[in-house]
Amino acid sequence: MTVPATHMLSGHAHVYGDNVDTDRIIPGKYTKTLDKRQLAAHALEDLDPAFRERVRVGDFIVAGDNFGCGSSREQAPIALQAAGVHAVLARSFAAIFHRNAINIGLPLLEIPEYDIVTGDLLHVDLDASTAAVERTGLVYVAHALPPVMVAILRAGGLVPYLAAHGDFVVPARSRPDTT
Amino acid sequence: MSGRTIAEQIIGRHADHDVRADDVVIVRVDAAMATDTTAPFAIETFKEMGGRRVWNPERMVFVIDHAAPAPTEAIANLHVLMRTFARETGSVLHEIGRGIGHQVMVENAHVRPGELVLGADSHTVIYGALNAFASGVGSTDLAAVMLTGRTWMRVPRTIRVELVGDAPTGISPKDLTLAIVGRLGIDGATGRAIEYTGAAVRALSLDGRLTMASMAVETGAVAGLVDADGLTLPYAFTATHAEAGAEYEQVITIDVRELTPQIALPHSPDSVVSITHAIGTRIDMAFIGTCTNGRLEDLRAAADVLRGKHIASHVRLIIAPASREVFAAGLRDGTIATLTDAGASFITPGCGPCVGTHLGVPGNDEVVISAANRNFQGRMGNPRANVYLASPATVAASALHGVITASNTGAHA
Repeated sequence: MTVPATHMLSGHAHVYGDNVDTDRIIPGKYTKTLDKRQLAAHALEDLDPAFRERVRVGDFIVAGDNFGCGSSREQAPIALQAAGVHAVLARSFAAIFHRNAINIGLPLLEIPEYDIVTGDLLHVDLDASTAAVERTGLVYVAHALPPVMVAILRAGGLVPYLAAHGDFVVPARSRPDTT
Repeated sequence: MSGRTIAEQIIGRHADHDVRADDVVIVRVDAAMATDTTAPFAIETFKEMGGRRVWNPERMVFVIDHAAPAPTEAIANLHVLMRTFARETGSVLHEIGRGIGHQVMVENAHVRPGELVLGADSHTVIYGALNAFASGVGSTDLAAVMLTGRTWMRVPRTIRVELVGDAPTGISPKDLTLAIVGRLGIDGATGRAIEYTGAAVRALSLDGRLTMASMAVETGAVAGLVDADGLTLPYAFTATHAEAGAEYEQVITIDVRELTPQIALPHSPDSVVSITHAIGTRIDMAFIGTCTNGRLEDLRAAADVLRGKHIASHVRLIIAPASREVFAAGLRDGTIATLTDAGASFITPGCGPCVGTHLGVPGNDEVVISAANRNFQGRMGNPRANVYLASPATVAASALHGVITASNTGAHA
């Protein structure tokens, strides 16, 4: 169900702007369901009505600042994942969306500056946290995640992580050197 | 070593060791809350995790507030799932009509000062009004708390927001709050804690503090901690104050002495301007309610505007009290009668039309003025509607005249 988080991923980019909020990722009126296909059917509906027709399994969302701001609804990353999106690249992410995506095994890459347009073929290396753009040959390096998030993502999400570890495992005082 | 922020102190007590901003730590969670939007996924995920016993059923609170009473068969069955799970695990469940989860948590003292609380709802930051560290999480994080009673977090850096001076007469806590959100911006505090302080903050009632803290998330913040000076609760508590020399990433001062009523233009809660830029805009619908502005103080402010008058004939005014307790208090003191006589329609205490599911979805190209906290496109259920955010008094004054109206001067043209 979840995307194996240790692979090279390849797919096409769907590019959006800043502050894409969770209401535009999945409107609140569609969130009251456990059916992930229903969520996928309405993903990005108000922002890009053509997205559902255009998206192919393995594609990427590429966005500007503060992707996923607004509500805590985990239906937002679930809708994208169920629509076939294998990773989201953005200049920055809202805090709750960031945790939610990692918790369901949807990789996020925070890349401060990029030249990517809709339709670009991207090659994402999750181990190296890089995204290569076929059109330009440029390779972008994403900000490092805290080690606990890397472990959750590598496990495929928080459910398999807890199944493997039984509890949260964080070094007594880890202080990552990234911001 | 330097002093600690409020967030560092509360998180440290729950990690059982001294912590500083940027530390990644595991913390004990005192209480957790989930609503009918988030609980169903959390319950399913908890079962996937192999969960059977909830870590502390007395502190696991489920509230049916987002689509309550159920508008569809599918949602009714999600409510059944919640009721069944709560009964089987001995968790607390508040039924439809009891109110918005956050208000119910406060009224029942399910959350207290100094505690660390997570809720599967972004407005969980509201408990910062009680001097508690509280963050919104998704369903999977909530499921993990239900299973383990713990979570991991990166200790947030803190932005200190200091309001300078006393607010003028007629300027409400919502106006102060919108001014802060406008100043910080929609991602101005992403991943940060906010500490609110200054004379105008310390003067706030509990209702006003809840308004202010609720919208911390509209700046991206993971906590919104209101200065505990002046906080009054119906029980004894020990306040956590920032220590001398605490390190702030940023200190922002806002002079509120000349502040005018504030309004957020469509489609973002940080598109905040003085109401003078919007006066005269024709409205179709007005809404008072939500975890931000559905309390007694808010209803009274609206009643003061509408007493003995009637809303414009082309306007519908929908009011959702934040809780049954608020509704009952408003019945006792006459507030509800005043508003009803003025033409208001009351709906079940709960989230109401704020989340766009039912109870007041606007039509295409209609204009809504709302006392809620968010006006993202489509938020109220129709991406073709335009939603403005303002104080309850401004919403009431606008309903009265049928156009956006300044609450303090009555100017509407």
